[in-house]
Amino acid sequence: MTLDPFGPDPCEKCEELMQPFLDRVLDERERLEAEQHLAQCGYCRRRYRFEESLRVFVRSAATETMPPELRRKLAALRTPLD
Amino acid sequence: MSETEARKLATEARDRVRFEEEALELADQVYRVARRLVGTRDEAEDLVQETYARAFRSWRSYSPGTNLRAWLLRILTNLNIDRGRRRQRAPDTQPLEEGDYYLYNRLEEAGRDGGSDQEAVVERLSQDDVVAALSTVPHDFRDVVVLVDIGDFSYADAAQILDIPVGTVMSRLHRGRRILKRELAAHAVGGAE
Repeated sequence: MTLDPFGPDPCEKCEELMQPFLDRVLDERERLEAEQHLAQCGYCRRRYRFEESLRVFVRSAATETMPPELRRKLAALRTPLD
Repeated sequence: MSETEARKLATEARDRVRFEEEALELADQVYRVARRLVGTRDEAEDLVQETYARAFRSWRSYSPGTNLRAWLLRILTNLNIDRGRRRQRAPDTQPLEEGDYYLYNRLEEAGRDGGSDQEAVVERLSQDDVVAALSTVPHDFRDVVVLVDIGDFSYADAAQILDIPVGTVMSRLHRGRRILKRELAAHAVGGAE
């Protein structure tokens, strides 16, 4: 059995590291520890993958296209050419 | 008018036109962020118009070659605060948010098909769930989540736009996402237990 680097409650530690891991701001040691744990823990792996999908979904769900008339109003704010 | 003055004026007019064109090209992205910072479409439109009116007036204070999108968003977030959005004073008094696995766990529990792959679990959320949940995240947290996760700004840009330290961006982002997930769970599968 591979030794889990996260100690007695590895999934709790892995949960703590999920956001910085996905934001790619963990230091090298913590990133490797997280990867080592994820390689052997399906429970955490599913939750990490969900978080990645969730971020994509939130971005697309929260995005609203600008109304075309607003574009015209903004263009009308331009300084008139002499 | 001397020839030198005429040339200077012509150069300035050309720079201004270029600035205005570049700013207008970013309008979609500016609107996307504005729409999620305020409650209604009308408010977002007003805010974007006011931002562009101010940007066009003060275009000389923009340094060419720097991040124009961040510059525009800084005007926009300042206007939004000036418009009476009260800065929430103590983010630390927010109720303790759930952990990062909370939403997945709630959605998985609520699933009736027994499937638990992450795609199926995300599909239990709707666009309305996201919009409603985001609107309930307190402003200080929402600003950061919207800038980074929807506006695609870096931590450093978000810090500059909101005039707060990068460390504060990181902690508000971390907590803001957790609050968002708690709210998503409440909208998608009912209130927190």
